[in-house]
Amino acid sequence: MKETAAPSILIRNGRLIDPANGVDRIADLLVADGKVSQIGRLPAKADILIDASGKIVSPGLIDLHVHFREPGDEEEETIASGSAAAVAGGFTSVVCMPNTNPPIDNATSVEYVHRMGRQARKTFIYVMGTLTKGRAGEELSEMGLMAQAGAIGFTDDGSGVQNAAVMLRALKYASMFNRVVAQHCQDDSLARGGVMNAGYNATLLGLPGMDPLAEEMMLWRDIQLVKKTKTRYHAQHISTAGSVQLIRQAKQEGLPVTCEVTPHHLLLTEEHLKDYDTNYKVNPPLRTLADVEALRRAIQEGLVDALATDHAPHLKSEKELEFLAAPFGIASLECALPLYRKALIDPGVIDWPQLLAMLTYRPARVLNISKGTLGLGDRADIAVIDPDAEWTIDPNRFFSKSHNCPYAGWTVKGKVLYTIVAGEIRYCAEGYAPCPC
Amino acid sequence: MNQTTKTDFQWRRKHLLGLRDLSRKEIEFILDTARGFEEFSTRSIKKAPALRGKVVVNMFFEDSTRTRNSFTLAASRLSADVIEFTKTSSSVNKGETLIDTARNLEAMGVDIVVIRHNAGGAPHLLSRSIKACVINAGDGFHEHPTQALLDAYTIRQIKGSLEGLKIGIVGDIAHSRVARSNIHALTKLGAEVILVGPPTLMPAQVQNLPVQVSYSLDAVIDKLDVINMLRIQFERLGGNLFPSVREYSHFYGLTVERLKKAKPDILVMHPGPLNRGLEIESEVADGPNSVILRQVSNGLAIRMAVLFLVNQAAVLEAKDSHP
Repeated sequence: MKETAAPSILIRNGRLIDPANGVDRIADLLVADGKVSQIGRLPAKADILIDASGKIVSPGLIDLHVHFREPGDEEEETIASGSAAAVAGGFTSVVCMPNTNPPIDNATSVEYVHRMGRQARKTFIYVMGTLTKGRAGEELSEMGLMAQAGAIGFTDDGSGVQNAAVMLRALKYASMFNRVVAQHCQDDSLARGGVMNAGYNATLLGLPGMDPLAEEMMLWRDIQLVKKTKTRYHAQHISTAGSVQLIRQAKQEGLPVTCEVTPHHLLLTEEHLKDYDTNYKVNPPLRTLADVEALRRAIQEGLVDALATDHAPHLKSEKELEFLAAPFGIASLECALPLYRKALIDPGVIDWPQLLAMLTYRPARVLNISKGTLGLGDRADIAVIDPDAEWTIDPNRFFSKSHNCPYAGWTVKGKVLYTIVAGEIRYCAEGYAPCPC
Repeated sequence: MNQTTKTDFQWRRKHLLGLRDLSRKEIEFILDTARGFEEFSTRSIKKAPALRGKVVVNMFFEDSTRTRNSFTLAASRLSADVIEFTKTSSSVNKGETLIDTARNLEAMGVDIVVIRHNAGGAPHLLSRSIKACVINAGDGFHEHPTQALLDAYTIRQIKGSLEGLKIGIVGDIAHSRVARSNIHALTKLGAEVILVGPPTLMPAQVQNLPVQVSYSLDAVIDKLDVINMLRIQFERLGGNLFPSVREYSHFYGLTVERLKKAKPDILVMHPGPLNRGLEIESEVADGPNSVILRQVSNGLAIRMAVLFLVNQAAVLEAKDSHP
């Protein structure tokens, strides 16, 4: 039986920003058969009409770092609830991290995540497999079989691979699959037991600190290993001025090194921990204002390839524990876009096309997938954004099952109105039901 | 009480979480209030009705004898009913969270929670989650406010004032809640604080604190009016923060020999319990300069004052919300 074709969608009069193709102009865009079928001044002939006057029409956003907790911690998040959160945030593709319970360290688990993603039918679900079995940092996982099953890269995210010899072997082995190797840079010998940035605020609060050097030393080590192996390497959530310097050098040397930055490391500092609010407990920890400024400058320089939420849902009952005992993580997938605006556009660091580049084709390049563009014939993954709509973040209204979000109560600008995935409207904001033509 | 509180200052805090947020005025007010309770121990009937009908719970998640007994006695002298809750005899072992435990106790009508916990910030968490008053009896290596208050009280009692005094705090500053609370209290009261210990026992960015730092006890001991010897934390040895107890004692132990270089009227203090012969020689601990037992007696007056004040603030708050 042949599937009935999805209704065609005409997105009229929007500011079409397609950073990959250098496009930033007012145009109509027609979606048909799941693809971008026409761009320009178009007659009103389609099944569905979206009036995008004053709105931005962007390639669907890509987040290459989310935790959807399945399998194992479905009370915190499922691939279904995470997917709903993703499209509400404008994300048409996300990459699930493999630090689930048990970890995604085999082909069967990779297939399971894909299957749950297809069932959820919201956003495209990609998954990285672990670098080492059980994320233990000792034996290589079955990267080849996972690559065949569709794993898009490899990482032990949540912790870094401590042993340099294991990391060297992992990079060498992964190089034959042309997949990216991503690292959560953290040297445990310097960071173990820490719950916040090591510094004056940790001294005042009497909490064990994580030295910025823990991140920078592993990043430095990995860059040396990449010089040797030439494997594509991605530094996850860099958080310190020192890491920015290392990335800058590596890129100047032409190494295949990329990096990502999270909204919280662009907006929040260790000062926010002063009341022991565990919603600010995150790994890598919130650093200092100087680090925030260094990260923003790095973005201005173009050193940062991708913005990524590191969406890390946790139960209220877990976040209500003592600061030492509470888990690390911030859930921010549904409010990420306005947070990026606040951190980067409002202070004049970059403009919308530059911001959207780090949310579309640049992360796609890190992952080596042909997404994040809106050329004719490209798959119709699209976000329609009202760049100036003001709203107040209320985690209780999240699609995500978890509400561990330090931005609760923030009034922000920038709202996703429609998210179109493979030519279908998978999300529309309250009060924005599209009209038939 | 009235003769000691002849000011128009009104105490408004129903929690005592730390001393960092307190003003000099507030700290002095606690010390003045404690003075009114000091002579209590000498009375034949050691009881006042201030907390009659109130329930105080001692929630101690860490071993403690001195502080817990001191709070228990202080609460009883104010006629409160006291519940003792320790980690080993409670449902915490069965996985109940701190908040759940506290809410359960609160459901029984607890008015004041005194908490000792190994996690910094646990009292703050509690104060946000329950309506009762919360008193920090030591949280991780964050603060131990009543200890620093009794230290300041003892110094003031003997020296008259802390203004301009040079006070050394010797030992593992990095992991000491006593040191942190002392730094806040003593500097606010006008003293100069000198931290003494090896660099591995100094906290990160110690230079941002309003203190001086010395790695050598011998270099500063002759300048000190007061020396506060912290206890060696044996559990820290695993962290390789200093090579051996022997080497530590050699450089930082308060010996009779070393004390000879100090001012003759130096006050020797220690928060207890003592490791005799390690950070402090017995002869010094029991000698004429030692005020260690006086600290313990004063602790009682300080804790009575704190219990009294937080309760008063809670009563005022209740009045304000139901006029």
